[in-house]
Amino acid sequence: MLEYFLSFLILTGAALTFIGSLGLLRLKDFYMRLHGPTKATTLGVGSLLIASAIFFSSRDAGISLHEILITLFLFITAPVSAHLLAKAALHLNLRSFAKMPIKSIKEKEGASNGTIGTQILEDNPSSSNTHAPKKSVQP
Amino acid sequence: MKIITRLLPHPVLSPTLTVLWLLLVNSITPGQIFLGLFLGWVIPLLTLRFWPEAVNIHRPFALLRYIGMLLLDIILANFTVARLILGDPDRLKPVFIELPIILTSDLAISLLANSITLTPGTVSARLSDDRRYLLVHALNETDPNALIAAIKDRYERPLQEIFEQC
Amino acid sequence: MLDSVITIALGLVAAAVAMSFWRLLRGPSMPDRILALDTLYINSIALLMLLGIHLGSALFFEAALLIALMGFIGTVALCKYLLRGDIIE
Repeated sequence: MLEYFLSFLILTGAALTFIGSLGLLRLKDFYMRLHGPTKATTLGVGSLLIASAIFFSSRDAGISLHEILITLFLFITAPVSAHLLAKAALHLNLRSFAKMPIKSIKEKEGASNGTIGTQILEDNPSSSNTHAPKKSVQP
Repeated sequence: MKIITRLLPHPVLSPTLTVLWLLLVNSITPGQIFLGLFLGWVIPLLTLRFWPEAVNIHRPFALLRYIGMLLLDIILANFTVARLILGDPDRLKPVFIELPIILTSDLAISLLANSITLTPGTVSARLSDDRRYLLVHALNETDPNALIAAIKDRYERPLQEIFEQC
Repeated sequence: MLDSVITIALGLVAAAVAMSFWRLLRGPSMPDRILALDTLYINSIALLMLLGIHLGSALFFEAALLIALMGFIGTVALCKYLLRGDIIE
């Protein structure tokens, strides 16, 4: 019984990890790619870690809970790194398929100085959804 | 009373540190419990200057309920995102929305941003300089206003009750 | 049964590692590469935990914890570099 439950957890975890990375491969702009790793991969690894905790608790005498620590750490840090990555991408003016709200364009903090900023998605210039690269408003 | 607050500046942080230490060494012997209690007492004292804002949890049970709800949402969200990734990428309608926020404390805002990132198809991207708008990227959304209303109703209101109501 | 399940899972996670590595090489922009690196280290944690269950050794936990800590710090430092052009101000 326990073995079936463990197998289910491990398979779900591995499949979610796989799908998260598949998202990284398939989706079309950076902001969309951000969704795969932050959600699917985090829960996938979390479920693998819980499977590992149950496995070692059932095999050895005492309970083994320290895998929970990594799960907790990942669940706290994944949104933080996603937020920072999104902020860096906005800072570099990466093009997106989504329209940017007007207020955010106005108050955009100092834009890229051209040394590391790159424009991507050159292969889709016709779409009316892509907003043009903006000049910085502040000096 | 004053001596107690000076000796134990963070009553929430200390037990958390003790539990973390016990999880890390993965054993519950009296020696490790004692060491954990000691670390939970000493670390907040040594890092006093890094915690400028006192954490006020007005309703601990509401916080527990919020965490439970969040875990359920995370699991559901993952299957939603997995389905979107496995579907046709051309059919996705990504959108940026601006979410006006009424929370003021740092902890509540960061918890809200984290909740948004972990749940259905949304990633919080930037907090505006005046801390009144949160820029959110949604993977597939046709009705931005409904999304804003859902986030406000589901996450912001409980957080406000937990951290900011006196 | 558990053994065959772990073999399948190892295959899936290895494929995930390969895909994020491809994104790391391909880019095309800096945040993409950082995101790929971030995914790569989370995938490697999954790989380590699976190996730990497969070999029945709890020693892999420490390695996984260290990768989690270092990976997060690395991601934050790289993002800070992109945002400010400097890591330590």
